[in-house]
Order: sequence, then C-alpha cells, then structure tokens
Amino acid sequence: MALWSLPKFTRPRVLSSKGIMGMNRRNIDYISRYNPRRLYPLVDDKLQTKRIALASGVTVPDLIGTIRQQHQVRHLAEMVSEWPGFCIKPAQGSGGKGITVIVRHDREYYTKPSGVQETIDDLERHVSNILAGLYSLGGKQDVALIEALINFDDSFEGYSFEGVPDTRVIVFKGFPVMAMMRLSTDASDGKANLHQGAVGVGIDIGTGRAIRAVQFDQPVEHHPDTGRRLSELQVPDWETLLRLSASCYEMSGLGYLGTDMVMDKLRGPMLLELNARPGLAIQTANGTGLLPRLRQIEALNSSRMSVEQRVAYAREHFSIPVTAATPTAASAG
Amino acid sequence: MISRKPFYTVVALLFLAGLALSLYRHFVFEVPWLPGEQRQVWSIEAKVEFEATGKPVKASLAIPGTQPGFTLLNEAAASPGYGLSFLERNGGTRAEWTIRQASGPQELYYRVNMMADPHAESPTPVAVPEIAPHTDQEPYATAIHQVLSRALERSSDGFSLTRELIRELGSQQQNAALLAQYRPKPRLLVEMLNRAGIAARVVKGLTLEDGRRRQPLVDLLQVFDDGRVEVVDPATGEPGQIENMLLWERHSSPVLDLVGGVNSRVTFSMIRQQQPVAVALEQKFEDSNLLNFSIHSLPLEEQALFKGILLIPIGVLVVVLMRVLVGLKTSGTFMPVLIAMAFIQTSLVTGLIGFLLIVSMGLVIRSWLSHLNLLLVARISAVIIMVIGIISLFSVLAFKLGLTEGLKITFFPMIILSWTIERMSLLWEEEGAKEVLSQGGGSLLVAVLAYLAMNNDLIRHLTFNFLGLQLTVMAAVLLLGNYTGYRLLELRRFQPLARED
Ligand SMILES: Nc1ncnc2c1ncn2[C@@H]1O[C@H](COP(=O)(O)OP(=O)(O)O)[C@@H](O)[C@H]1O
Ligand SMILES: [Mg+2]
Repeated sequence: MALWSLPKFTRPRVLSSKGIMGMNRRNIDYISRYNPRRLYPLVDDKLQTKRIALASGVTVPDLIGTIRQQHQVRHLAEMVSEWPGFCIKPAQGSGGKGITVIVRHDREYYTKPSGVQETIDDLERHVSNILAGLYSLGGKQDVALIEALINFDDSFEGYSFEGVPDTRVIVFKGFPVMAMMRLSTDASDGKANLHQGAVGVGIDIGTGRAIRAVQFDQPVEHHPDTGRRLSELQVPDWETLLRLSASCYEMSGLGYLGTDMVMDKLRGPMLLELNARPGLAIQTANGTGLLPRLRQIEALNSSRMSVEQRVAYAREHFSIPVTAATPTAASAG
Repeated sequence: MISRKPFYTVVALLFLAGLALSLYRHFVFEVPWLPGEQRQVWSIEAKVEFEATGKPVKASLAIPGTQPGFTLLNEAAASPGYGLSFLERNGGTRAEWTIRQASGPQELYYRVNMMADPHAESPTPVAVPEIAPHTDQEPYATAIHQVLSRALERSSDGFSLTRELIRELGSQQQNAALLAQYRPKPRLLVEMLNRAGIAARVVKGLTLEDGRRRQPLVDLLQVFDDGRVEVVDPATGEPGQIENMLLWERHSSPVLDLVGGVNSRVTFSMIRQQQPVAVALEQKFEDSNLLNFSIHSLPLEEQALFKGILLIPIGVLVVVLMRVLVGLKTSGTFMPVLIAMAFIQTSLVTGLIGFLLIVSMGLVIRSWLSHLNLLLVARISAVIIMVIGIISLFSVLAFKLGLTEGLKITFFPMIILSWTIERMSLLWEEEGAKEVLSQGGGSLLVAVLAYLAMNNDLIRHLTFNFLGLQLTVMAAVLLLGNYTGYRLLELRRFQPLARED
C-alpha cells in the first residue's frame, strides 16, 4: 500500500505539479544558493538589521534602547518610563521566542496584550534570560532590544487578537513573489508567528487582498477569536509595502529573503525584521506553490531592474484572481 | 548554476572505494558478509612416550605448519622439566625437547590448533626432493621393470604414472607380492617414480576425526611434476587434497628423532571445535599486518571502544534519513544518536523506561527551578546535579528492590540528559506541552530507530569488519544532503493544497 493512499497524505507528483516547494529544495536550491553565509549575521541579529535599514532609509520601529550587560538590567524601568508601550526581544531570537510585548504600563504594572500584568521584576528576569542566551541559537550570550510599541493600523481592527499583525513577503532576487499576513490569536499570545498558532492569510501580490487563510496549516474562514471574515482583509498602502520589501534585497544582499512588515497607524509600513530562512507555510496560506514564481524570476534577466520595476513586474505576473466576482486590479497602485 | 559533476564524482569515488575495500576484505581476508559464520578448528595433540635410559635426552618431533587446507592458528608444548625449542630443519619445523638426565617412562605433549581453511597456502614453497639413483637386485629389478614399463606406457605425466603404478601393483599380483617383501609400498613407489625421473617423497598424514584418540599417522605420497605438487594416497592412487587429511610431516624427515630413550611412540588425539570466524581469522592474520588494515590489529580494549565508535555513522545516517526523507523533528540534531548509544548499554526497554523516568522527573523539578530566576549557566548546572541525583536515587531504589536492570540507568550521558531536560522545559513554557510531545517523541522515535540499526548483529558485524563501509555511508550521507525532493511528512503537511480544485 502506498503511503499517499492514506487519507491524510498526498502524492509527491501532485505537489510538484502544483509547484509546491519542500523544505529540502528550499534549503539546497534557494537558501544555500542565493544567501551567502557571511550575510546571515545582518539578518540574524535584529540590531544589525535595524542599523542597515536606517542606513538605507527603510522605516523601522524606534529603538528605545539595548541592554547588553547584567548590571544594566535594573535601568529597564527608567528606560521605558516615558514610552507608553514597548516590546522586549532578544537580538538573535527567532520564531517569536523571548518576545514580550507590553501595550501599556503605569510604572508598576506592565500589561501584556492578553491583559496579563507583569511587574518590573518579571520583566527584569526576562531580560536576564535573554542576556544569558536562553532564546538565541545555541545558547549564545545575547543582547536585549527594547523597541517602541507598534500601533497597528485601524484597518486591521478585528483581524488580529491582542497583537500586531505582520505581513511576510518573500522577496526573491528583489522581486516580491508571495505575501502573507499573519494575524495573532489567543493561542499565539500577541505574536504573529504561525507555528505558535497565528493565522496566516495569503495576500494577493497584485492587489493586497486576502486570498485564503490557514491556521496550523489547515484552512480557516474566520478569525478564531474575533470571528471576523478573513476574506475581506485588504492591506492598505500595498504598493509602499511591496517597495519597502523589495528594497530589502539591495539592503541585505540576500537573494532569498523573508521580510516581516508591519503597518503602523502613524508611520505607515515599517520593516520589523528580515529572515534568511523563511518558512513554507506561506504556500498553504496562498493555496499555491512558490516554485513557478521563483523559476520565472530565475529565467529573467533582472540585474538592471529598479525596485519600482520589480514591484510592477511582480504585481502584474503574480496576481491571482480571487473569485469571478472580484476581478483583480493587476496594475493598481 | 554550479556544476554538480565534481560532487557526483566524489560521491561515486567514495562509494567505489568503500565497495572495493569491502570486497578486498571479503576475498583476501575471507571476512564473511554475514555474522555468525563458524570455522572448524581442530585441536590436535601429539603425545610422545618413551623409556628414558638415564642419559641426556633429546627428542625432536616433526610438527605440521600451515598447508593447503589448513591454517596453523597456535601451538604449545608441555613437558615438565624439559627445555623446549622450535627449530627449522629441511624446511620444516620441529619441536625439540631436551633434558640433562631422565629415566623411566616419559611423556611429552605437543598441541596445535589448525583451522580448516580452503584458502590456506604453505608459507614457503615445498622443496622438491632430489631424485636418488637406485640399483636393485634380482629378482626385484625385473619385477620393478615390468611394473614400471607397463605403467609408463599408459601414462602421460608424473601424476598419471603414479596412478598407473598403483593400478599395476594391484593387477600384477605376483610382482606385487614379490615387491611387498622388498620394500614397503610407499617407498617402493617413490623409487619407481624416481627411476622414471619423477621426484617424489613419502610424507606422513593424519586423518582428522572428531574425538579420536591414539590415531596413527599414515603414509602418503607427494609427487612433484611440472612445477606442481600432489599428494597421493598410495592405496587408491587418486591425487588431490584428501579430505580431513593433515600432513604432519612433509620434509622427508623422521617424525620422531630420539636420543637417550627407547621404546618410543607417538600417538595423536584430536577434537573438533567450531569457532566464530572473527576469532579464527584474527589468529590467522595476526602477523600479516601490512595490508590487513583493520581494527583487529588493535589491542583488544581499543577494539571494543572502536566497535562502538564505528557504529556512530550508522546512527547518524538514521538521523539524516529521518530528518531529510521523513521530516521528523528532533530536539538537538544528534541527541538521538547519543540516546541510542545509551540504549545499547542498557537494553531498549530498560533504557526507554529510565529515559522517560529521568526526563519527566527532571521536567517537574526543572519547572520549580524556573521560578527561582537563575542565570542560565547556573540553572543548567543545577539541572545536571539534579539529573545525577535522580540517577543515583533510581539506582539505589532499583538495587533495594532487587531490580539489577535498573542499575544500568547510570549509562545515560548526564550532560546530554540535562540539556534535553532544559530544552524540553523551555519548549514547554514557550510552545506548550504539544510541542514537547512532538519533538520529544520525534527524538525518542529516531533514537529507537537508531538503536535498532546500531544494535543489529549484521550491521555490527559489517561496520566492525569492513571499514570501507564507512566511506559508503559517507557517500550516502552526501547524496542525502543533495536530496531536493519532498519529505514524507510534507506529503501530509501540504495535503490541503493538493485537495484544492
Ligand atoms: N515593537 C513591537 N510592537 C508590537 N509587537 C511587536 C513588536 N515587535 C515584535 N512584535 C510582535 O512579535 C512578533 C515577532 O517579532 P519579530 O521581530 O518578527 O521576531 P521573531 O524573529 O521572533 O519572529 C511580531 O510578528 C509582532 O507580532
Ligand atoms: Mg518574525
């Protein structure tokens, strides 16, 4: 009996005919081929990412400060006292590990998106853990970043539960090839990382509109906590967001890149972080495979194309009609 | 795009080199592909008995060496009070016992272990004996001439001549009866062959039968012609290797040479043993180290160590397979291999129970530690000490309860266990119990598979005896590192995508 005759499995041939990219192919054919190892520190260390982003004029959330040494930990309260909300994260963390978001505080109680209140002692302990390398790869010593809270755009009201939704765009050789919005849920505790239970919504590259949504790799129609219909989601300022993502190629030098973008109420699209090994769930969220798009770009002589040209090319070629009723605006923007 | 050619060349070279080395081990050093193969080893004891006459005694016994069909593994001689040396004479080896003064009945023992070995060769080529001129008196000369000329007519070379001579002696009854008084049959045959210009000699053979005592030596002919040597049974005339026939003396020397004694007698007793091939081969190739590049040339203790080390690539291969082809998640890339090695020491069930006990108990205590707000290094150290505590506790408990199996728990690598507990507990805090179960279960599953592979008799035998296989494993790992296809679990993960339309 072949394994794929089991109800929950599919045939390799079906997947490859749909151009679905597997982990092994991603690692060998894209990451190791297009991402030079020496550039990894630029994206694996959020502090460095911020630095190069600022240098090339890409908007990022404000940095309140960094804590590098254990004895600096007690300055935490004083550091954040003037900021209404903030976020503590390990510079070399990944996958949402070690991230604590504080939405408001009265200098005594610090409130997380879920409403849970923490004391400054709790936060200081958290920072100590970050410094000791608890959340970083291989347990290396790390630096804690204190970042200003992102106030997410009102248009996302009801789409995200207790947290900032972010938009993951896969940028291949500077072309935004596929996008997905990640909406935090009760399960993901204010963070928008998919394996922690955030909802992934495939976003049409051409229009910035939702295609379909998944949670834990299974299709969903409504946000599990707010109940909002996910198919109505439309990312505002889509062109700016795409250009910002596309420009990360020149900024980082990485050919196969995952950019995490957020929409701030006041400052518009911002770069949250870069990822040299972006995950594959974006395919499930979009209901389509990455490979045809990647191959199309590989076949293209794109070395002289500007950011605007690349975005225009992507919006024209990688747009999928959602339903017959809503025709795509392929060249909108 | 980078050319993949050099890569595949390297992989192919590694594979072929591994294969060639293994074939070489198999065909030249006779290492069998399968474990458990046995070789027959004959333990033969020669007992020399005589009456000493009160004078200095020198007893020299011909002893056998490696020869076609048999490989000498080891030998020993025993006889209280005697000095012993092994001497070369006429190309053969002899055991020589000496004593200043002895009287009364004496017993000297020589014991040798011979392995039945179809690939065995004489270490030195057998010297061809000289052809001595013989003159015979009548009536024997005529009889010899008659037999010889008939046989010569019907033969083409030394070996067929021998056969025909024996046949003629069977048919020419009168001549045979006459000549039987003149010379013993083997001597007679040698002389007749010499007359025909064929070199030959009488050798002494021992028929090997399990459990035989007081077995005598039998006379055999060794015929030389055209660069070949054949042993011929004078009774039948058939040339070729005679089954279970060990040539005890084959250098034209007396079996026993005794000075200072009378009424001497040599008797043989023997038993057959089955020995594992590895042991037998180890003894066989003990001193041909030059090309015998194997672990067997190391001291025994290092060998035991290597036995374990050589299995690691197999465990690693299992991990690579599981991760690349199946897509199982493990906590810590090669942690499962280390766990599997511990399982080998403890046996699977004990190991699994022990592992689960330690880790789950560790997780409980660790969750309390996490309230203490410790620095990471201190916390890991605390976990290590805690693990040691748990292990000691379980060992003592097991011992008190009479569960000696439980003592094996100490074989677990404590540092690894501590890191496992630390990782699992973080995973628990951050991603919840489900992820702990999925990653912990994945690691344990891979560990069990690695254990089954590493503990397999066949694989143990192959890795230990065929070092070349390591290269083949290397080639396989390299190939797997180049596999861009789907993982098994991805077929399930992306199944919702396939369901569309
Ligand atoms: N400054 C911030 N304000 C509010 N939420 C944030 C902030 N920074 C991060 N987050 C939340 O945490 C999630 C993970 O942050 P990110 O910087 O992408 O780290 P990681 O590398 O761990 O994914 C984001 O998707 C977002 O939901
Ligand atoms: Mg992220």
